[in-house]
Amino acid sequence: MLYRESGDFSSSYAEDSQTFPIKFDRYRYYFVLFIAIAVIPFMINDYWVNSLFLPFLIYAIAAIGLNILVGYCGQVSLGTGGFMAVGAYACYKLMTSFPDVSMLVHVLLSGLVTAAVGVLFGLPSLRIKGFYLAVATLAAQFFLVWLFNRVPWFYNYSASGQISAPERTFLGINITGANTQAWATYLFCLMFVIFSAYVARNLTRGSVGRKWMAIRDMDIAAEIIGVNPLRAKLTAFAVSSFFIGISGALFFAIYLGAVEVGEVFGIQKSFLVLFMIIIGGLGSIFGSFAGAAFLVLLPVVLKIVGVDWLGWPTDIVAHLQLVIVGGLIIVFLIAEPHGLAQLWRVAKEKLRLWPFPH
Amino acid sequence: MKDQADGYVTADGRQIGPVVMEMKNITLRFGGVEAIKDISLDIREGEIRAIIGPNGAGKSSMLNVISGFYVPQDGEVWYKGARRAPMKPFQVAQQGIARTFQNIALFEGMSVLDNVMTGRLTHMETGLFWQSLWKGKAEREETANREVAEKIIDFLEIQAIRKTPVSRLSYGLKKRVELARALAAEPSILLLDEPMAGMNVEEKEDMSRFILDVNDEFGTTIVLIEHDMGVVMDLSDRVVVMDYGKKIGDGTPHDVRNNQDVIDAYLGVAHDD
Repeated sequence: MLYRESGDFSSSYAEDSQTFPIKFDRYRYYFVLFIAIAVIPFMINDYWVNSLFLPFLIYAIAAIGLNILVGYCGQVSLGTGGFMAVGAYACYKLMTSFPDVSMLVHVLLSGLVTAAVGVLFGLPSLRIKGFYLAVATLAAQFFLVWLFNRVPWFYNYSASGQISAPERTFLGINITGANTQAWATYLFCLMFVIFSAYVARNLTRGSVGRKWMAIRDMDIAAEIIGVNPLRAKLTAFAVSSFFIGISGALFFAIYLGAVEVGEVFGIQKSFLVLFMIIIGGLGSIFGSFAGAAFLVLLPVVLKIVGVDWLGWPTDIVAHLQLVIVGGLIIVFLIAEPHGLAQLWRVAKEKLRLWPFPH
Repeated sequence: MKDQADGYVTADGRQIGPVVMEMKNITLRFGGVEAIKDISLDIREGEIRAIIGPNGAGKSSMLNVISGFYVPQDGEVWYKGARRAPMKPFQVAQQGIARTFQNIALFEGMSVLDNVMTGRLTHMETGLFWQSLWKGKAEREETANREVAEKIIDFLEIQAIRKTPVSRLSYGLKKRVELARALAAEPSILLLDEPMAGMNVEEKEDMSRFILDVNDEFGTTIVLIEHDMGVVMDLSDRVVVMDYGKKIGDGTPHDVRNNQDVIDAYLGVAHDD
């Protein structure tokens, strides 16, 4: 009764294959979009943007990217941190080499550079699967971090070995460097989030997405029905790395401003994004958002509850966070491998029948 | 009459065309084991061709050679008048050869509709860029192919389970969905590996009817492996009998049934000590 599809009839295949076939969902989606674009920018301050919205938006892009590779195409990757670093350093080099070009172009180009690197490291996926592929991508992670640490060209020979974002603009508004407005950085990232989700959704509902899922579910059968496995896997690596590269560029340029590669884009980052899609839901765009929101919110909520309300020491709360995340990973892997997205789906199924489930 | 190169008409009035695929002296070895020994056979357009034989006779290997999954050590495959170079399975699929599997090979994580739509992949060629935009080219292509897929779904009477995840279906329905996926590719040759294995009598009857209807309505050439002799003899136009990797019989069901070698292979023969 609360949530129903009666009265919704699709009269064409195009209508039937739209993203939100149920009217209720569609309006809720427009509503969320409206709040995100037209309401939140007027209400936020620096604290909210930096502790909550920017990390959520940027991690959501990374999670969408990794979900395409792991959730849709079934190729396990532990190289997310390394690929984010590629995006960040590509963005840094572009920003310093072409100061007059818009940030929009820089971020998109960083994505493309990362896509190319992703394809390169995706080549072994034709021969190796599962755990072994995870180890191969792990090698990419360590190699890329080592590369950015050791080759001074990447950090423009700066003494500290760090990269820091100079002031750059988009449509004449400062969005990197010291003098930025909360709403401007928020909207800039939001734009990329909407773009990523839109593109990812379109790719996964069409023939490319079916190729990826066919490879994931049974690669031999996929090949027999005419899927070129090499091309399907490499496009997944390319698209996935494209989004991860964008998120890396935003993470460095907009969110942090200055980056030391081993610290920020280390193996922990790879695991963090992987945890997001496991908790959120493999093979689901909504799951990418849910997982990112969960893991970004958890420390904030724990800090408010633990430190501010209960007065616990900070280190205990920090450790408690690790315990909770670890426990949740195990719970989700055993009880609900499809994550929060599946819980949401089940809840919707139930709501459709409520209050007469039989 | 049956020797005519350009085909003939069957007793029930179906037009059988010229030879569409010819296997010449195929030999397939796995290490020291010869799975197929010097077998030649031809497949005519529009016919239902059965491959039968006891367990381990090499029937599935033969099907795998046709579908490009195995590359034979010796022999040639001629398809549509040209010699087929050794190629990858996905290239064979793009040439219009589709198959089903002995133990079902559906994509369990996807809905029935998506599974059938994967059969259309060889007909869809919109690039990554247009697909990421969806509106326009990609949507038009999707809708056009959806119409074909829906026709197949309609034909096989699985409309009601269109949006159901495949993992929730019963065995018989899964077999039918797999047939739908193969048919969606609009293949010129359809390979069926034991389409009726593990089915009860009613499901077998349904499946037989679908196979005949497919052949009749779409004119699809069908090569099938099956253990149920009654089904094979009723359905097929010509039968190849294999035993220990060798061809021991080839002809109409009537010819094969009266072939002494075939009777020996199936019923056993007394050996002189």
